[in-house]
Amino acid sequence: MRYFLNRLGFLLISIWAAITLNFILPRMMPGNPAEIIFAKFQGHMQPQALKALELQFGFSHQPMIVQYFQYLGNILTGHFGLSYTYYPTTVASIIENSLPWTVGAVGLATLISILVGTFVGILIAWRRDGALDRTIPIITMFFQSIPYNWSAFMLLFVFGFTLNWLPMYHGYSSSVNPGFNGPFLSSVLYHGVLPVVTIFISGVSGWIVGMRNNMINTLGEDYVVFAEAKGISGGRLMFSYAARNALLPQVTGLAIALSSIVSGSILMEQVFSYPGIGFQLNTAVSNEDYPMIQGMFLIIALSVLVANFIVDMLYVRLDPRVRTGGASS
Amino acid sequence: MTTGAATEKRPVVRGNPVKRKRFRTLRAFVKNPRAIAGMMILGLFAGIAIFAPLITRYNPQASVFLPMQPPSAAHWFGTTNTGQDLFSQFVWGTQATMMVGIGGGLIMTVLGVTIGMYAGYKGGAVDAILNVITNIFLVLPTLALLIVIESYIRNTTPLINGLIIGLTGWAWGARVFRVQTMSLVGRDFVVAAKLSGQSDLRIMFTEILPNTYSILASNLMYSCLGSILAEAGLAYLGYENVNANSWGTILYWASGGNAMLTGAWWWFVPPGIAIALVGMSFALMNFAIDQITNPRLKSGKRRRKRHVTATPSA
Repeated sequence: MRYFLNRLGFLLISIWAAITLNFILPRMMPGNPAEIIFAKFQGHMQPQALKALELQFGFSHQPMIVQYFQYLGNILTGHFGLSYTYYPTTVASIIENSLPWTVGAVGLATLISILVGTFVGILIAWRRDGALDRTIPIITMFFQSIPYNWSAFMLLFVFGFTLNWLPMYHGYSSSVNPGFNGPFLSSVLYHGVLPVVTIFISGVSGWIVGMRNNMINTLGEDYVVFAEAKGISGGRLMFSYAARNALLPQVTGLAIALSSIVSGSILMEQVFSYPGIGFQLNTAVSNEDYPMIQGMFLIIALSVLVANFIVDMLYVRLDPRVRTGGASS
Repeated sequence: MTTGAATEKRPVVRGNPVKRKRFRTLRAFVKNPRAIAGMMILGLFAGIAIFAPLITRYNPQASVFLPMQPPSAAHWFGTTNTGQDLFSQFVWGTQATMMVGIGGGLIMTVLGVTIGMYAGYKGGAVDAILNVITNIFLVLPTLALLIVIESYIRNTTPLINGLIIGLTGWAWGARVFRVQTMSLVGRDFVVAAKLSGQSDLRIMFTEILPNTYSILASNLMYSCLGSILAEAGLAYLGYENVNANSWGTILYWASGGNAMLTGAWWWFVPPGIAIALVGMSFALMNFAIDQITNPRLKSGKRRRKRHVTATPSA
């Protein structure tokens, strides 16, 4: 319970920090961008929209602290303002439309890379100093250092352009009707292959190397040696005895990796014009659509923070020591 | 704490054995095959960066050649759609990218070490506050934060990017160094230094830090790689002055010039391979450090070869 409160407290503090950062950043920058935007849109927008804009960028002449609480209130009630790229659509509804794409692609890719990476890690640690153990970590290091946008380029070039096996852009084909129907879903899957593989390529190596090192540590533990002496079969020793305990640090690893996976997803979405949050963030920046920039950043930050919280809760389920012992933050 | 007894028994624990061990580690490092391979790759790129003016024959920005030429003797990496020499762009880009990588990596490491070590050393409320800040920076998606910052500062140079990347990416180092410091702060030599009346800063930098050199080295390497990757991402997305010249801007122009749709693979392949090679060189060196300093990884579990010999470790 103490651990739960501790984590919940951190979640709330970090959410508050993200929101506050979002509030402070535009006000800290030299040459308030809002003034430029405001001048640009005068006469093109309805008075209410302008008023909302004013509020959002501290154009109101109220003291900063009042603006801050207004901003907090707006965010908490889900009012992210209006996008002026897609005027008069609200930022909230753009988020609603693009979040599933990112969560789907990132979630699926992460799941696959954890499963594959963990399994490969178990195997190469088991055959310590074997041919695979000598080569795979080095090869994966090469892949891990590849920027997401470049692996996306290469996949797009090889499988999209040269071989023409897979679609190169967008989340689904323009010839199908979005909705819960067969053609649309298969189109989504078909278009999702390259984006998911992109994230998988860069992500999987971390899991392999992490699992290998954890396995090597657990394989050195007394209980494993004892179990082996007792004559337990190799497979059982590998999976039920060593791997089970080696898995725990992988869960913590997920919490750390999320931030970089999401960063990678932003790049990937840009290359494939994949209609997710990252793509919208970039569109917003190139259109100087500040309400949308802020909304997108906030939703990315919130998603990662909440995902982290869920991982932490999962960790408690898996490791009872955390529940009883002192909470380690 | 029974510090009195401990210091009486070993009055001169300060540093010396550690120092000897450190040099042994260094010697093992320069003999390790993985470390040698890593240093060679990194050295190659460092050489390209330093001698860029001597290596290139053309102005990287001059659009004076035939456009979209594949690699040839005259243009080793081909030309862009506006007829710029890509080899020159690559070489000058190496310089900019290495500078961003090393600069950003240094800023990250210095900040991370200072914040982490201070938190771990002080403990209590200072630690609690710094730890929360560190964790927040750790979980916030860095690229999204960088994009938001860059959307307010337009047309940054690679150097400003390196600075921003460094200022936002220190959290991982801080976390590692906090834990490391906490494990060292109760040791005899630290306690002895405290009792002898040394200032906190001096203890941190002369007593604790030398014991973390291997972690410091791997942290610096990963920070440099992180900066290079972040710069490549930001520049590709167009958040860098597009007239600047880095590996990331080459990717930006390749994407803008539709290199993928015209089959101009020579345009976007070299920067990516270069980044991956730099990353691999860091990883190789880091593997070597791990092997040397982590006894469990070093001694080798002889699970399969148990029956051969008892002590193959060198």
